[in-house]
Amino acid sequence: MSIILVLIILGVLTTLIIESMPSIKALGIGYLWGKVWDPVQNIYGAYPFLIGTLLTSFIALIISIPFSYAIAIYLGEYNPKGWLSDLLKNTVELIAAVPSIIYGFWGLFVLVPLVREFEGKIHVLPYGIGIFTASIILAVMIIPYGASLGITLIRMVPSPLKEGAYALGATRFEVIRNVIMPYTRSGLFAGILLSLGRALGETMAVTMLIGNTSAVPTSIFAPGNTMASVIANEFTEADHTEYLSALIELGLVLFLVTVVINLIGRRIITRFTNN
Amino acid sequence: MEAKIGFRNTKSIIFKGIVVFFAFLITLPLIIILLYIIKQGASQVNWHFLTNVPAPVGETGGGILNALWGSFLMVLMASVVAIPVGMLAGIYLSENPRTKLAKYSGLCVDILQGVPSIVVGIVVYFWIVKPLGTFSAMSGSIALAMMMLPIVIRSTEQTLLLLPESLKEAALSLGVPYHRVIIKVVIPCGFAGILSGITLSIARVIGETAPLLFTAFGNPYLSSAVTKPMESLPHLIFTYATSPYDEWHNLAWGASFILLMFVLILNIVTKVLTRKWKIQL
Amino acid sequence: MENTIVKAENYNAYFGDNHVVKDVNISINKNEVIAVMGPSGCGKTTFLRGINRMHELIPNATAKGKILLEGENVYDMNAIYVRAKIGMVFQRPNPFPNLSIYENVVAGYLLNGIKVSKADKDVIVERSLTSAALWKEVKDSLHKKGTFLSGGQQQRLCIARAIAMQPELILFDEPTSALDPISTSSVEALFHELKENYTLIIVTHNMQQAARVSDRTAFFYMGELVEFDDTKQMFTNPADQRTQNYITGRFS
Repeated sequence: MSIILVLIILGVLTTLIIESMPSIKALGIGYLWGKVWDPVQNIYGAYPFLIGTLLTSFIALIISIPFSYAIAIYLGEYNPKGWLSDLLKNTVELIAAVPSIIYGFWGLFVLVPLVREFEGKIHVLPYGIGIFTASIILAVMIIPYGASLGITLIRMVPSPLKEGAYALGATRFEVIRNVIMPYTRSGLFAGILLSLGRALGETMAVTMLIGNTSAVPTSIFAPGNTMASVIANEFTEADHTEYLSALIELGLVLFLVTVVINLIGRRIITRFTNN
Repeated sequence: MEAKIGFRNTKSIIFKGIVVFFAFLITLPLIIILLYIIKQGASQVNWHFLTNVPAPVGETGGGILNALWGSFLMVLMASVVAIPVGMLAGIYLSENPRTKLAKYSGLCVDILQGVPSIVVGIVVYFWIVKPLGTFSAMSGSIALAMMMLPIVIRSTEQTLLLLPESLKEAALSLGVPYHRVIIKVVIPCGFAGILSGITLSIARVIGETAPLLFTAFGNPYLSSAVTKPMESLPHLIFTYATSPYDEWHNLAWGASFILLMFVLILNIVTKVLTRKWKIQL
Repeated sequence: MENTIVKAENYNAYFGDNHVVKDVNISINKNEVIAVMGPSGCGKTTFLRGINRMHELIPNATAKGKILLEGENVYDMNAIYVRAKIGMVFQRPNPFPNLSIYENVVAGYLLNGIKVSKADKDVIVERSLTSAALWKEVKDSLHKKGTFLSGGQQQRLCIARAIAMQPELILFDEPTSALDPISTSSVEALFHELKENYTLIIVTHNMQQAARVSDRTAFFYMGELVEFDDTKQMFTNPADQRTQNYITGRFS
């Protein structure tokens, strides 16, 4: 039965490669930095989506890091036991459980008007939808991934290490900064990588909020598209081989990038937990 | 010296304050979203809503029976595939951790867990939808099964690794053959743990939309044909939420409420199971 | 010779390249209580697990030589059959947590899929629990889970489970090392009764226990069977210097 897994992964990879062959052949490597995506003219450049994906993911990551670190430190060090700790931990897990589509729906009807108002105030074009909005929702969605790993890692810090520092008269903050953080640094970094992997591949909420514009975004408030969202939007409309194949090539890139990020993240975690 | 200690203590307290603030701030969006969905959705739900298919534009009423039934059928079919395969693979991984096959398939579990759901949709489209020439509930189930597999495998593996070796030895010393030891002792003893993995995987895929976009597609009518397109709760929410009609939005809010309740209940069941399991050990 | 139940001939056991049991020759009679003692790592448990072929379940573990069970080499028999025929009780009580006390006793039948009528099962359960001196304590809670019993009760339940298969030989792998003194004495008292119907081989790291419960004692050291003699004889007047050193506590 385990062979099935190996077959599935190999199958996924070969399917993606074979189906994106027409596009790879026709467009070559230049596909990745082509700035124009115009299926009507049969011009395909992935650059707008690469930028869109990177922008949303990194903004989301930056917003999420203080939260995931705070949760990890609070539940790992300040308050690892008790009902309040359990409650917060379950809440964080619940954030991960809410389906993406519900975040998207809520974002569309509640967050978008708020962002539009905010954009009006700071005098940028008030689209409401756009990269910024998608990033906010994405940040909320990925916080649990970094946080739950962080909690486990911080709880693994050996207490003699912490006690050594306390015995020297260190304050709690100093213990966290000088003992816990250095000890868990690589693991927390892996947590960030895994969150990033999530963010890159997240589809539905982003598709509903990003605005679906195949132009290179001009600002973080502009509408755009990510690799996942453009596939979701255009896959069933792609009416000729090259168009479809160009979309699948995006899927291939997405697959490879997330696989690499996940494997690096997991490798770091395994090394951390083995030490 | 003492003034400095005072300063360092203050710094420590401020830091704690910041941590607590951020840690609890995150509950805010969740609470807001939950309350909003309940406010918008709960009032939509009634018997009529649960037992009728969506009404065409312009007509009032209508419900989500097609999506409820479709989600149920597709998750059921996905479970029928993913649970046995996942359990067997999980048993293999925990019983033979050192073999080459275990190493590679373990790696593949990690990869599969990280594959974006939209990519699963694309691949299943080429495996099943394109050869058959039509979107189908079956292809949707396969896509969902692929998303369930890693969770079922990992939870089975982790649970079985937690079982004490002495339990297996007790059965083996009674002359019980290996495969019977697995079926009669190892699986029953780890049952709660495995079950929690199953409920968790169902909770995860019941809300998955992206893999269904190009596989099960959607269907405004009630259908039980596995080779035809089928509606599902998340897909219905997607189509109706992005439509321009208020009645349709209301339908989507109601569906969101139902979906959220399912996910919440499944998560609570998982929690209870894992807790019970830990006590048993 | 008729009276011999287990006989080891040039028995050797290995973990990979590690030679843990070296050329053991021993002959054990019916209805004897044999204590196997020695410092930890001396190969006593490995030898015990070799008798019912549990040793080979560990990855890389191999064995050479013969173990004769009533004249027949267990390595020529089906391992499953050997294990079903010989009872075994482990260091830690390990009742099946998913089964009731009743089901635990007949686990050997249940798990092997051997069909036994309800009436027969009732008889087996009562007889086995009585032999394990547990019947009085649990007869009103037979259908509760075995995991709620005390440690000593759990261990006697495991003994009942072994007895239920009607073995002639029961192996004990440090059966009291995880128990408190009171539970230990309840299990030790049981050994005297079981002797009437069964042959017992008890691995123990506790010399006093060996002296208290056994008829004959085998002393293992560094994988070798150093001495095998009448228990009283061995503790009062050991033949080998190494045994002398061990029982007077000069090494552990």
